[in-house]
Amino acid sequence: MVQFRLPKNSTIRTGKTWPKPAGATNIRKFQIYRWTPDDGENPRVDTYFVDMDTCGPMVLDALIKIKNEIDPTLTFRRSCREGICGSCAMNIDGINTLACIYGMDEVKGDVKIYPLPHMPVVRDLIPDLTHFYAQHASIMPWLETKTNRPAKEWKQSIEDRKKLDGLYECVMCASCSTSCPSYWWNGDRYLGPAALLHAYRWIIDSRDEATGERLDELEDPFKLYRCHTIMNCAKTCPKGLNPAKAIASIKKMMVERTL
Amino acid sequence: MHYLTDRKRAEGKGASGSGTEHFWGQAISAVGLLILMPLFALTFGSALGLPYEEAVAYYHRPFPAIIAAMTLVTAMVHFRHGIQVVIEDYSRGVTKKALVILSTALAYTTLAVGLYGLARIAF
Repeated sequence: MVQFRLPKNSTIRTGKTWPKPAGATNIRKFQIYRWTPDDGENPRVDTYFVDMDTCGPMVLDALIKIKNEIDPTLTFRRSCREGICGSCAMNIDGINTLACIYGMDEVKGDVKIYPLPHMPVVRDLIPDLTHFYAQHASIMPWLETKTNRPAKEWKQSIEDRKKLDGLYECVMCASCSTSCPSYWWNGDRYLGPAALLHAYRWIIDSRDEATGERLDELEDPFKLYRCHTIMNCAKTCPKGLNPAKAIASIKKMMVERTL
Repeated sequence: MHYLTDRKRAEGKGASGSGTEHFWGQAISAVGLLILMPLFALTFGSALGLPYEEAVAYYHRPFPAIIAAMTLVTAMVHFRHGIQVVIEDYSRGVTKKALVILSTALAYTTLAVGLYGLARIAF
């Protein structure tokens, strides 16, 4: 059966409470998940206090401030700090999102930060996305052609290009897949919303010549049909995309080619 | 412990080449139930509370009997499709196979018993 309870070595304990910054009047409390594979201890939640008068507006600003000024051992991924690279995806206030574009004013009360749910943790806020990326690679995220003409660029009409809007913007942050209960239970076989959104992006690309093969590769009760239209993916996507709609479009194409 | 590449783990055994028929069957039966359930409630509601002889006479008529039979068939087909998805979601290995067999048997047994009962009343 699916495991509904956390194993004993994964239950979260209360961690260290770091001192409040001296002289600060505008303080915000942060509760952050901490775990390291080095000490054999259970995960814990550490409490930090940040002086908001000297901190930027985004959650990532606070995390960087904590790492720079309070606790240099706090570990998280970040790079572009403008919602393009997808590195800083984490669970903030119960929502999977990008810390760099999630404003602290959107969080009421204490700011609770955890790694993306239901993924193995490498350390602190860093999930292991190895399988997620391998699933993405399995849908052949590139243009497949069989003819060698035209020899120059392959043209696309404005209408056909428009079909890629709402799909190409995905930054593979994994917020959607890790918010999906179906992916939680069957992530080993179900491709998840992110990989399927990318699959659809190439299926409907007017220049791609492997539509049939792509659909064949998805024709499976687990790879595609574990999507039960729960819609968590669309609700949580920090880029405002709708993977559930893309998955529904794939299912529609699957039915159309059998009728 | 297996020394498998990430890609091999992601590919698994590959695509089974099935799933659309199951999905489409469930969708069709859902639409069917959307139409049949109100008709069933209407006909069954009319017979509810009637004396035995009158209720039997009511189900001698073709419309209520056919609606009841169609509702039963569609509901059991929908149940079989739906419960299999739930079982596949939450169980693994031998348990999964056993539960799928049991639920399928339950659906077809209920269907057979229901149709037999209806036939006895109607004819």
